[in-house]
Amino acid sequence: MTDTNIDFSEAAAPLVEKLLAPALEIIARYPAGRERSALLPLLHLVQTQEGHVSPSGVAFCADVLGINKAQVGAVATFYTMYKRRPTGDYLVSVCTNTLCNMMGGQRVYDELSEHLGVGHDETTADGKITFEHAECLAACDYAPVVTVNYDFAIDEATPESAIALVEKLRNGERPAPSRGARLGSLKEMQHQLAGFSDERDGALADGPAGTPTLRGVTLAQQHGVAVANFNPDTPIAKTKPAREGGNTGNEVKK
Amino acid sequence: MTQPSSEVLQKLTPVLTKRWLSPDAYKIDVYQRLDGYAALRKALDVHPDDLIQLVKDSGLRGRGGAGFPTGLKWGFIPQGDGKPHYLVINADEGEPGTCKDLPLMTYDPHSLIEGAIIASYAIRANQAFIYIRGEAVHAARRLRAAVDEAYRKGFLGRNIMGSGFDLDLVVHSGAGAYICGEETALLDSLEGFRGQPRLRPPFPAIAGLYASPTVVNNVGTIASVPYIVLGGADWWKSMGTEKSSGPMIYSLSGRIANPGQYECGLGITLRELIELAGGMKPGHQLKFWTPGGSSTPLLTAEHIDTPMDFEGVAAAGSLLGTTAMQIFSDQDCPVYATWRWLEFYHHESCGKCTPCREGNYWMTRTYRRILSGEGTYQDLDTLMDTADNIFGRSFCGLGDGAATPVMSTLNYFRQDYLDYIEGRTAPRLSSKALVGAH
Amino acid sequence: MTDLAKKTDTVTLTIDGIEVTAEKGELVIRVAERMGIAIPRFCDHPLLDPAGACRQCLVEIEGQRKPVASCTQAVAEGMVVKTQLTSPVADKAQHGVMELLLANHPLDCPTCDKGGECPLQNQAMSNGRVDSRFHEHKREYEKPIHISSQVLLDRERCILCQRCTRFSEEIAGDKFIDLMDRSSGEQINVYRDDFFGGAGTGDGQVGEGEGDVAFDSYFSGNTIQICPVGALTGEQYRFRARPFDLVSSPTACEHCASGCSMRADHRRGKVLRRLAGDDAAVNEEWNCDKGRWGFRYATANDRIMNPLVRDAATGELREASWSEALLAAATGLQGAKGKGVGVLTGGRLTVEDAYAYAKFARVALGTNDIDFRSRPLSSEEADFLAASVAGVTDVTYEDVENASSAVIVSFEPEEESPILFLRLRKGHNKKKLQVTAIAPYLSRGLSKIGATLVQAVPGDEARLLADDPAVAAALSAPGSLLLVGERLATVPGGLSAAAALAERTGARLAWIPRRAGDRGAVDAGLLPNLLPGGRPVNDPAARAELSLSWGVETGALPSVPGRDTDGIIAAAAAGRLGGLLVGGVDTNDLSDPRLAEQALDAADFVVSLEMRPTTVTRRADVVLPIAPAQEKAGTYMDWEGRLRSFETVLPSTSMTDGRVLEAVAALMEVTLGTGDVMAIRRELGSMPASNSARPVAPMVAAGAPAKPGAGEAVLATWHHLIDQGSLLDGDDVLKGTARLPQVRIGKDVAETLGVAEGDVVTVSTDRGGISLPAAITDLPPQTVWVPTNSPGSTLRRSLGVTSGAIVRLTAGIPGPILAEGATV
Repeated sequence: MTDTNIDFSEAAAPLVEKLLAPALEIIARYPAGRERSALLPLLHLVQTQEGHVSPSGVAFCADVLGINKAQVGAVATFYTMYKRRPTGDYLVSVCTNTLCNMMGGQRVYDELSEHLGVGHDETTADGKITFEHAECLAACDYAPVVTVNYDFAIDEATPESAIALVEKLRNGERPAPSRGARLGSLKEMQHQLAGFSDERDGALADGPAGTPTLRGVTLAQQHGVAVANFNPDTPIAKTKPAREGGNTGNEVKK
Repeated sequence: MTQPSSEVLQKLTPVLTKRWLSPDAYKIDVYQRLDGYAALRKALDVHPDDLIQLVKDSGLRGRGGAGFPTGLKWGFIPQGDGKPHYLVINADEGEPGTCKDLPLMTYDPHSLIEGAIIASYAIRANQAFIYIRGEAVHAARRLRAAVDEAYRKGFLGRNIMGSGFDLDLVVHSGAGAYICGEETALLDSLEGFRGQPRLRPPFPAIAGLYASPTVVNNVGTIASVPYIVLGGADWWKSMGTEKSSGPMIYSLSGRIANPGQYECGLGITLRELIELAGGMKPGHQLKFWTPGGSSTPLLTAEHIDTPMDFEGVAAAGSLLGTTAMQIFSDQDCPVYATWRWLEFYHHESCGKCTPCREGNYWMTRTYRRILSGEGTYQDLDTLMDTADNIFGRSFCGLGDGAATPVMSTLNYFRQDYLDYIEGRTAPRLSSKALVGAH
Repeated sequence: MTDLAKKTDTVTLTIDGIEVTAEKGELVIRVAERMGIAIPRFCDHPLLDPAGACRQCLVEIEGQRKPVASCTQAVAEGMVVKTQLTSPVADKAQHGVMELLLANHPLDCPTCDKGGECPLQNQAMSNGRVDSRFHEHKREYEKPIHISSQVLLDRERCILCQRCTRFSEEIAGDKFIDLMDRSSGEQINVYRDDFFGGAGTGDGQVGEGEGDVAFDSYFSGNTIQICPVGALTGEQYRFRARPFDLVSSPTACEHCASGCSMRADHRRGKVLRRLAGDDAAVNEEWNCDKGRWGFRYATANDRIMNPLVRDAATGELREASWSEALLAAATGLQGAKGKGVGVLTGGRLTVEDAYAYAKFARVALGTNDIDFRSRPLSSEEADFLAASVAGVTDVTYEDVENASSAVIVSFEPEEESPILFLRLRKGHNKKKLQVTAIAPYLSRGLSKIGATLVQAVPGDEARLLADDPAVAAALSAPGSLLLVGERLATVPGGLSAAAALAERTGARLAWIPRRAGDRGAVDAGLLPNLLPGGRPVNDPAARAELSLSWGVETGALPSVPGRDTDGIIAAAAAGRLGGLLVGGVDTNDLSDPRLAEQALDAADFVVSLEMRPTTVTRRADVVLPIAPAQEKAGTYMDWEGRLRSFETVLPSTSMTDGRVLEAVAALMEVTLGTGDVMAIRRELGSMPASNSARPVAPMVAAGAPAKPGAGEAVLATWHHLIDQGSLLDGDDVLKGTARLPQVRIGKDVAETLGVAEGDVVTVSTDRGGISLPAAITDLPPQTVWVPTNSPGSTLRRSLGVTSGAIVRLTAGIPGPILAEGATV
């Protein structure tokens, strides 16, 4: 889709200059006629500018996809990662789902909340930190966990380690995540969520996986356990030739 | 901390987790040195139908929870129908307790990509999507970089490895909704809608993404495929049990000495897994555990020798689910745990159907009251009956998952509830959580 | 062959132990219903796609682990279904769902409009628990909130069945309401800035935030009707009545030619609301907001209840007795007869009343100067109506739904026949109907029926019908339809080309007029060239048939085709007519309102049959009040030619046009026999079909569109559904949902004028101008569109022209131009 003859509404106008090009890039990832698939990444994209989905952001998504604002609103209000009020530079999430909760996550949450003086989905007065409790972040072997801008920031968190972390953030430091690459701002992170690669140096490297992740495989290595009889040249039973007239999938017009 | 016996150690089957030990395996050059993309070369040399047969022969079953035979699923895709086919990989890992797909995509992303190419070739799809949970930013970062590398190396794009086969692969981040792990909700979400489950039939194999034939597979399922292609069906079946073949990554968390990911043949028991994990945490006695995430009925210490395969767990009255074993001890309150799970299911209910939307809301209120020391005996009957009114009555499995811990804990640990009601256990919640109660 | 095929397409199953045969694919809930087994339900609606959302209709099916939603489950051979009547599991499941639905539902039934006719209330009694086991506070919302000027939403009452959102998406195509938020916070709403940190409370009137988008739909009332609770209510009816105090009368809609069946609910002599009636063949279960809410004209304060005659001494109209007024009318008409009396009727007449006018004109006035067309017209059209429309019932709604292809020309379905629009949409969405539209631009309505545009400069339609390969190709498949709107009359050669195209391709042709009385008027003979029953005036045999039927002397009927509306007005304005008999004409609708008013002024004697004061009554010598639709029985003939008979909803002393005409005729010593509707129906029913030959279709050559010069454009126009029409007077809440009047211009024009979206553009002729905000639209070069009769855009009165004319365009509101010999 290269059609840039989109009539943008007044509400969308402030975002057009910066976001139209990446928006069209996002839309181009999906099959022709299926542009609406771009809506979730586009909603992430508008958060790169404003830190939340604003009325402008909704209008931009609606205009660029040719759908109405109620349709965009219905989607934007469904997902928790679309923030609907201005956010801070850092989104600090504490897992309070059952396991993390009982392993100390609730205490981390409560004390951090008291320390920051804000509750769930609220932003500190200095505009630095938006605070929230999160549901299971898929790292129960590191429980309890705290993320900053969705990157795992502290494993086996304690109230003290969590408070130390937010203090660093407030002081302008960007502490290295416990797992994951360099910390960015929440707006920068939205760029990645919109499907763009993280181009920063060292964005991908984070050293070896964490100990819990590797526990089983390390045990196996230490004790020389491997699955026997693995032969990568094991033949596959062939009942017909590999290609019938240039087998390129179920041919369809693109 | 106890050392595992060599007998139990032999139950480890490092297959999918093996490359995790190599910190740079996320890079394509390293991956290729570690057998990477060898399976693809091999697969492109056989007819797609033969690949489907191979996967059928391997007995591979879906790793996302339901355990549906993968080869059978692929075989449902109508061929020669003139419609585009799609492969959609469910990487929306979010079932509480589950943490195996994220490390796999972070530390071995190419194995998923390679599996995706092979699977797409088998079902004749020219477009594949990986729907990755929004919050999984680092895994997505690695995965996107790996996809870019694969394109550059010619493993994705046009005429892959000279085979004439074309495939585009898009990594699509979600935006925070547990329900999108349900495959039809995932498809709606991928199409740019609210992630609410669809009516079935039609099933995705006939009308999935964009109303076209679609295979939706879990990350672990697709990442298994290259190993099956390389090692063969018989080798794959040398792991696990007759009906539950292959290795499985068990996610162990909670009150054990060494929480973590343990890849073993299907059929291992919790007792053995705890042994691998160095035993229970000192001072903790096993009280209850989830065999496959919080949506599977809880098991107790008496189930410690249940074989952790699809059949074994089902026989114990639960489900293998995502083999996410959250382990709780005598120091953990099952009533509190259940309340917290319910808050989760309530938070994640999509709102579409009455039992799940309303039932979870009202049950959380009842739990808050019990945990504040204001529960009544009648509340216990109400909870059990409401759970029964949700279980099997809601539109999709989320409601079942929510009802599950309620029914389990009321069955196994009724006394713990009575202790709150009768004042033996101090209230866990303050009455400020009860605003509006009367 | 199909019989055999059908047999194998059935399955046999048992429901509650009773064996039943059902069509393959049928839903369990429907089959049970046919057997008289009522399974409670909320989200299920037979005309909406299954949702399975509310879970109220759970039943037990043998072999299934869990209870199954009977609204989504298709029947299968040998299936054993147990409903709540025979299955404790199903019964408990239903009670469980009901408890959860009620847990958050407010107990405000005593003040809820739905109370007394509420599916939730009723089914809670039949399938619910006696008490709730949940004690905490219910979730609260501000209530109610406006989502349009007409529709209010009470989110506390809402059970999220999504019937409204599904209707809006699936049926109307107006997805302005949707689910917002999720889980227990899920709610129906329109888009509001407040949800995203913008202005407004999110809890009040839509529009508090500048970006808020109201529920902008012509069909919004249906969502209120199908809401199974009182979550959606209408401003017009809210708090006006209790359902059990109302008397319901079936009726038919008087607004357009769609022919909707309706139900009027009234109490103590006043209609309080109207609902869509069920008629699978016509409107299914829907109607449009105009039909639902546009009925207050009948109870307007200014309704004329007593006859008026012009006082000889004062020159003013004064109230008079019926006997005085009737005598004055009869005497005046008798006196005017010699010079000639023209008869003008509007689009509101029933078939029976139309027939009365037709007979009155021929028998009492001895004239064929009669025409129902109170709008731009042509003599070609009269010939076309005689040849291709009168007596023809070739195309039905069902045909539309099942057609493979339809070409529509000079017809904007959503604005001009909204229920036909819905059926076109259904055909397009559910079956394989492909619509091709010959129109100046792809309107919102056309895009909702997936129309392919064959873009036409107004005036070029005839050429496109004759020559355009895409148009001919679209009609090549068997079962194709050609739907022509009444506006094609203004395109020279248009209707000729349409008839020829249908003939050439074998496509079936239907003419879609805009108003309820139009089609009946054609068949009743309200045309200068056509007598009742499609009998051509100039056919002696046809006249003879009618003379026999009417019991008048052969040769007594005027034998020469008369003047049409424009001809009558021109003649009257020129002083060549002695009188005018006018029934239900709004001069604003005529091609030149000012000329029409001059004609009324110039005519020696004017009789007006009217409900309320108009530009006609003000100029009349005698005004005879007649009954609005709700106070009489009658029949409309819809665009299909289908009769839509209705009985009196509210008995009153008001008389039908036919009865008034009979009384006038009697004083003119003519027995008309149109005094009671049953008598007319008998007379029409006993009139044999005409043996006269159908006239051939006109063969007028296609004209070319006008060529605009610099600063000029060709005018395109049609009516908005909700506009300044006098039958919507008094319905201000409804008018709040009208489409915004805009002037549509193409990018070329916008560039030339240097205007952007929303800037004011003035469209003018020597007579005057119309200034409206611009909507930049993909129009042909130098083409402009404005609504025909909307606020700020009374096209015919202000400009004195219609579609196809050349108009001038200027940016802004150029006062001085209008001063050049023109007044607004």
